[in-house]
Amino acid sequence: MKEVDARGLSCPEPLMLTAEALKNADGPVKVLVSEPHQKMNVEKYAKDHGKKAVSTEKDGCFEVVIE
Amino acid sequence: MNFNLSDSKKKLALAGVVCGLVAAALAYFGNPANMAICIACFVRDTAGALGMHQADTVQYARPEIIGIVLGAFAISAATKEYRSTAGSSPMIRFVLGMVIMIGSLVFLGCPLRMVIRMSAGDLNAWVALIGFILGVATGAFALKKGFSLGRAHETQKSSGVVLPAIMVGILLLALCTTLLKSSEAGPGSMHAPIIISLIGGLIFGAFAQKSRMCFAGSIRDVILMKNFDLLTVIVGLFVVMLIYNIATGNFVLGFDTPGIIAHSEHLWNILGMYAVGFAAVLAGGCPLRQLVLAGQGSSDSAVTVLGLFFGAALCHNLGLASSGTALNAETGDVVAGAATPAGKVAVIICIIVCFIIAFTNKRESAK
Repeated sequence: MKEVDARGLSCPEPLMLTAEALKNADGPVKVLVSEPHQKMNVEKYAKDHGKKAVSTEKDGCFEVVIE
Repeated sequence: MNFNLSDSKKKLALAGVVCGLVAAALAYFGNPANMAICIACFVRDTAGALGMHQADTVQYARPEIIGIVLGAFAISAATKEYRSTAGSSPMIRFVLGMVIMIGSLVFLGCPLRMVIRMSAGDLNAWVALIGFILGVATGAFALKKGFSLGRAHETQKSSGVVLPAIMVGILLLALCTTLLKSSEAGPGSMHAPIIISLIGGLIFGAFAQKSRMCFAGSIRDVILMKNFDLLTVIVGLFVVMLIYNIATGNFVLGFDTPGIIAHSEHLWNILGMYAVGFAAVLAGGCPLRQLVLAGQGSSDSAVTVLGLFFGAALCHNLGLASSGTALNAETGDVVAGAATPAGKVAVIICIIVCFIIAFTNKRESAK
């Protein structure tokens, strides 16, 4: 699975990296972010692009799997 | 506690309306005309209160600034969004804070005040908006080319509390001592009662935190992502202030409008806000957003806020801040405000600094 590690990055970098990864990936993409609002932004971006996003909290950061 | 304002455009617009109402109330209760809750002006006034500069008409510890930081702190702690982080190029952020303040004081207002001035019919602010959009677009271009200030990391819990604690300290000094300076004339002497300013700031900070309100971010997201979410908040605020200004007879369409504290040097309004838009995108948010992020635990944003304070001190100690168009009380003539020669040089240097920062700091993957 393609992984985007956007932990600790300022907005809008997490979303830009997610968009880039989704453009180039065939399968699911895993995105790691630190802030709750970044998690929401990534989830919303996925939904707006017709994909499903499942989030889990792990070690003080969020893992969003988009497929 | 589920208190999310950023998941629908209606809620975002509502947050903008609430913040607009707070701004209108503050103007109604005594804050200077069309500053209402200008972050740059009020950080500058607070820097003056602390004696960081000696311009005696702009010295007052603004409870709005204190309230915004503490409001964001409280709501983020209550909704589990508070995280103490640091380490994303703090000194570059300090410089960006300085740039934002210098650009703001050459234009005479931060992006929030630009919107408030636009709602009062001040055409100079509409001219400055061109510069702001171009600045944001330049920052967005740098982001596309791989600009990044690097990762922030979790740090000691206490680090994120330092700026909120300093704000409480300034409030206590203002309430309990006569140590702080307070203007007897000029904009610094005009203010709503402390309790109203503080409550207004707390509400503004809380709603800004929950809605992610950001003036630079709103335009940046439209350019980069075709996403209009954050712009919805700003439109909500603009509409409320527009209605308030029309209802109270404060809406005057024109360029030379004494009383608004603005000048009509178009080039310098454009370049001042160009620097602000550019630096704000590089720093990840406008002055308001920096205060909010600092409140929710980001030491990097707290350093940016210190940069704003430092920039404000420089502006008034070195004569970089512009003067506003005013009426001569004796003759009744309109005296045009202007950018100063030192201010013009400073803005050019600020823009060059932004370009250097924008194109020398890359994400690991973009190198």
